[in-house]
Parts: sequence; structure tokens; C-alpha cells
Amino acid sequence: MNYMLNEDILAIKEICAEIGEKYIIPVRAELDEHNRFPTEIMKIIARSDLFTIYIPEEYGGTGMGAISLVVATEELSRFCGGVAVSYAANALGAMPIILMGSEEQKKKYLPQLASGEKLCAFALTESEAGSDAGGIKTRAIKDGDHYVLNGTKQWITNGGEAQIYTVIALTDPERGPRGASAFIVEEGTPGFSYGKKEDKMGIRASATRELVFEDCRVPAENLIAREGMGFMVAMRTLDNSRPGVAAQAVGIAQGALEEALKYASERKQFGVRIDSFQGLQFMLADMGTQIEAARALTYSVARMIDNGDKGFEKESAMAKVFASDVAMRVTTDAVQILGGYGYMREYPVEKMMRDAKITQIYEGTNQIQRSVIARAMIKEAHRK
Amino acid sequence: MKFVVAIKQVPDTAEVRIDPERGTLIRDGVPSIMNPFDTYALEEAMKWRDDLGGTVTVITMGPPQAESVLREAVSMGADDAVLISDRAFAGADTWATSHTIAAAVKKIGGVDAVFFGKQAIDGDTAQTGPSVAASLDWPQITFVGRVRTLDVKSIIAERYVETGVQVVQADLPVVLTILKDANVPRVPSLRGKMKSRKAEIPVWGLSDLGLSPDETGLNGSPTKVVVTSTPEARTGGAIHTGTADELACKLADLLLGEGGDA
Repeated sequence: MNYMLNEDILAIKEICAEIGEKYIIPVRAELDEHNRFPTEIMKIIARSDLFTIYIPEEYGGTGMGAISLVVATEELSRFCGGVAVSYAANALGAMPIILMGSEEQKKKYLPQLASGEKLCAFALTESEAGSDAGGIKTRAIKDGDHYVLNGTKQWITNGGEAQIYTVIALTDPERGPRGASAFIVEEGTPGFSYGKKEDKMGIRASATRELVFEDCRVPAENLIAREGMGFMVAMRTLDNSRPGVAAQAVGIAQGALEEALKYASERKQFGVRIDSFQGLQFMLADMGTQIEAARALTYSVARMIDNGDKGFEKESAMAKVFASDVAMRVTTDAVQILGGYGYMREYPVEKMMRDAKITQIYEGTNQIQRSVIARAMIKEAHRK
Repeated sequence: MKFVVAIKQVPDTAEVRIDPERGTLIRDGVPSIMNPFDTYALEEAMKWRDDLGGTVTVITMGPPQAESVLREAVSMGADDAVLISDRAFAGADTWATSHTIAAAVKKIGGVDAVFFGKQAIDGDTAQTGPSVAASLDWPQITFVGRVRTLDVKSIIAERYVETGVQVVQADLPVVLTILKDANVPRVPSLRGKMKSRKAEIPVWGLSDLGLSPDETGLNGSPTKVVVTSTPEARTGGAIHTGTADELACKLADLLLGEGGDA
């Protein structure tokens, strides 16, 4: 389908495809098996300017908009969901600074993120605060020209690999979510260390780790926006990044469909190619149709963001829910089409199925997303 | 430093077929690509430019559509590009091609090194690089698997030859032909691709290079291709079954029988 992507976006897509073919395919099974972060691939991504696309030109980026990030994330995900999320998590980490950082913060941090000299991560989740992000316990107490952070962040994508973190902590626990604030914390800040590294079902190339703050003194100038705006920073960040998860899901599904099509054209049973069987053809048709619908929805949300539309929370949630459910179904069907081979690690589709699962869970479970969608719809209905 | 990389647009040989009647390449519908060996030459030049400073200029001799490989090279990080193109250059053999490329290198001026791929995958001659060196009267190091050191005055490079590794030192300016062992070519960057779309690529013809028609193209070529043909396709061979002893006897009979026939 023609999505009228401009030359620059198509160039980004070509670059991602080349990186995927040359550098991701040969190592993805190994990264998956050994739970290894793709440091070398991140360097190649950096050199190809892919970290610049979501950062404004005045801060060393190329400012290609939400659609560019969606296309890049989708294309990298076609090869490996773990590598793609390691890339996309940088955009998530940088988003609080891009959206609500001060001029000084932007000047200081964004150029080194655009060049890929430093990696970035976003830290909100805690053991007791997942979907209920308002339940975070990490404290930030003002002490002179510093804030003192105490607490533990859990399941932080790029944890231990990034050098710059945007962290949500409570400055005023009395006020609940309105008492949260966002901070920039650099690796090496005394009192900041890394905890447990997770052993995951899928996206195993990505690093998922605890961040531990023990009397960690962060300069007051690292506060993003103002005290009490942390939750707003987090929600705006997630609204902007959610289409990225949708894109990841579309890419994983597309990769699985391509493997299924290839296998079905080569595999013969009863003396004929198995893609000549109608039962299998109908599966392939549904897979392709669902992916295209998910892609259309995802790109539409990215375009809303680029058009400067104010409210896209509902649509962003819709894209995430729909695309991730499609990814789970399509990858499961791809394993089915490859049959016994699909179940073996020697073929990439079982990994794609494991990778797909997380897209239904992270950055807001699909159940939470459905609540968001329903709430928005009901609110709109009452307004009429 | 001023580096030049001479590249060639070639048909993607994975896709190419030969017309059995006429013995020529069927180019229709075959995608054109940058000669794969040239990507290592380009990477090597850019690597040393990134280290030492300076510029990398890519050049190619070919028809107007060869411009696309120059843009590809710019998207990978070359600073500028020149297309060497003129009807008078058509039909050139390696001698006439080298003479023309050498003239372009002289016109660029102040060049420290010219990088070639070890050979092109269409002609497979591996002659153009060395022949440009001869034409310029510069030293040449061919089949370079690794450049050890390079500075404003000289180069030390390792030639990977059949008998081992030969370490050669040469004064600049120099001509090099690069093997794929030398490096891993980079992926184009977004800024490179944006730049390559807008890049102005000058076209240098016969008069720009100060050459005469009888030293270029078909007229300037001392060699002529008489015929190109496809070798007979290999047949699948016979499969024999049996015990090891039976098979050994069978094989011996067959070999002796064939020997007898010859």
C-alpha cells in the first residue's frame, strides 16, 4: 500500500533495511540466546543518523517527526524486536527532554543523544507501580541546590546500557500523582547504581534492568519542567511513544509473515507447495490484511502527532492495542505455518512469537489501553 | 589528505544472463549496482579521511546513468563526485579506460592516493587500477588486505597474495587496489542520503580532460573482445550405490575406462 511517505522517510526505511539485512539477521539468534545487548548495532544505527530523526534540528537532530520514528522502528522490528526496542527506547528516554525540557537541558543533552554518543532510557515503573503508575514510591527530596533520590526503578529498558536517564520520582507524596516530578540522572552520579538484570521470554537482545537510587544527589537544574509536573511529563511522553510500540508490533508481524510466505513457497507436502492449499492461503490472507490495517492505523496516529493535533491519546492507545494483538496472532500463525520447524529455534518465527508478546504488555497493558479508549469515547459521547 | 576512489557501475551478476546466440550480456532488466569490491575501496578511503582529515572524491567512467553509483557513494560518506562521460569514451578497453581515469586524477590535482576495488565483477580483469598507476607513473600496491599506516608522505600496506602476506611500503601519491578483507563498508547515513540527492555532480568529457578521440574509447583501445561465450553447463553427474568395495572397483573401472578413451 502507498502511504505517501516522502523521500527522507523512504531513505530512513532503506537504511534500516540495510542494517537489518547486513547486521541484524546474522546475529539476532545469538543475541537472543545469550541475552546480549546489541552495542555494535547501536553504533551502526548512530553512524547512520537514526538517533537524529526524533530530535529537533536546532539540537543536532534532523527532526523528521513521529512518522519517521514509526517507520524506523517498524523496519528494524522486522528483523529483531529486541534490537528495535533498544533503539526506540532512546526516543522514549529523550522525549521528556524534547517535550518539556528547558533550553539549557535541551542544549546540554540532545546533541549527544542525536549523535548516539550517549544512549538514553526512561524510568517510571516500580515493583508496586506498573499500570497504576501513580503508586510509585521513589522519593526526591530537595536539599539546597540538589534533589536527593531514594528508591528502585524496575524493568527499565536500556537500563545499564544508557548513560542518561529520565526518572520520575515523588517530590510531594501527600499530593499523589500531582506530587511527582521528572529528573535527568546521568550514569556515574554518586548513589545511582544498577540492580538486577532480567532474564526475559522475548526481546532478549534488549537490556531490562533495575535502577537503584540510594541518597543519589541530582543537581536541581536537572528537574524537568517544574515540581509536580512529573506525571504530566510521563503521560505526554507515553502518548507520544505508544505509536512506537504499535510500529514495533507491525514490524514483528511483517517479519513473521515474510518468513511464513517464504517457507510456504518452498515446503512441499503431498507433492505440491503447501502455499497451494486453500486452508493455508486463507491464513496468509488474514495475516497480510491484519498487518496492513495495523500499519494504516499506526501511520495515521503518527501523522496526527506530526500535524500538531492536541488529543491523540485515544488513537494512540487504539493503534497500540490493535497492532500488538495483530502481532501476537500473526506470529502464532507463522509458527503454525512452519509447523514443526516453526517450533524450533533454528527458524526465526518462534523468537518473533516470543518478541510479539511484550507488545501487548509494556507501555500500558492492552487492558489499560482499552480502558483509556473507552473512557475517551464515553467522554466524547457525553460532550455532544 | 586528498583521496580519490574510482568506482564502477556493474550489472548485478547474481541476476545476469548471457545471450547464447550472440555471446553478449543480456543487460535488459538486470539491476545495476556499485561493483561490490569498490565498496571496500570507498570505505578504506573514508576511514583514513576520518582519521587524518581531508576529502574523498569518487569518480566513475560510464554512461550518464552511472551517476547513480556516485550518488550512492556520496550517501555512504564521500565528499564529492565526478562523472567521466563522453560518447568518445564508449567501447574502451582497460588501457583506454585507465588512460582516461588517469587524466581525470590529474585534473583533480594534488591527489595523495587513488583507491580501486581489487577488480570489477563484470570484466574481472583487475587491470584498471594497476594501469592507472602506470599511466600516472605512480607506485602501486595491489590486493591490499590491510593498510597498516598512512601519512602525508608514505604508506605501509599488506598485500594478501597466494603465498602469504607481503608488506609493502610506498611513497605517496600511490594507487591501491583493495580486497574485501580490508574493512566492513558502512551503511549509508540519513544525512548522506539527503546530501546525495542534492549533490551537484559535474560531468567531465573529452575536452575537459584534454584528451583526443584517438586515445580514448574504442579508437584508443589496443585490445578487442572477439567473442564472449557461456561455458557448457555442468551436468549433475552419476550416482552409484553399493558397498565401499564395490564402489571402489566401479570407480577404478570408470577412471581406467575414461583414461582409455582419452
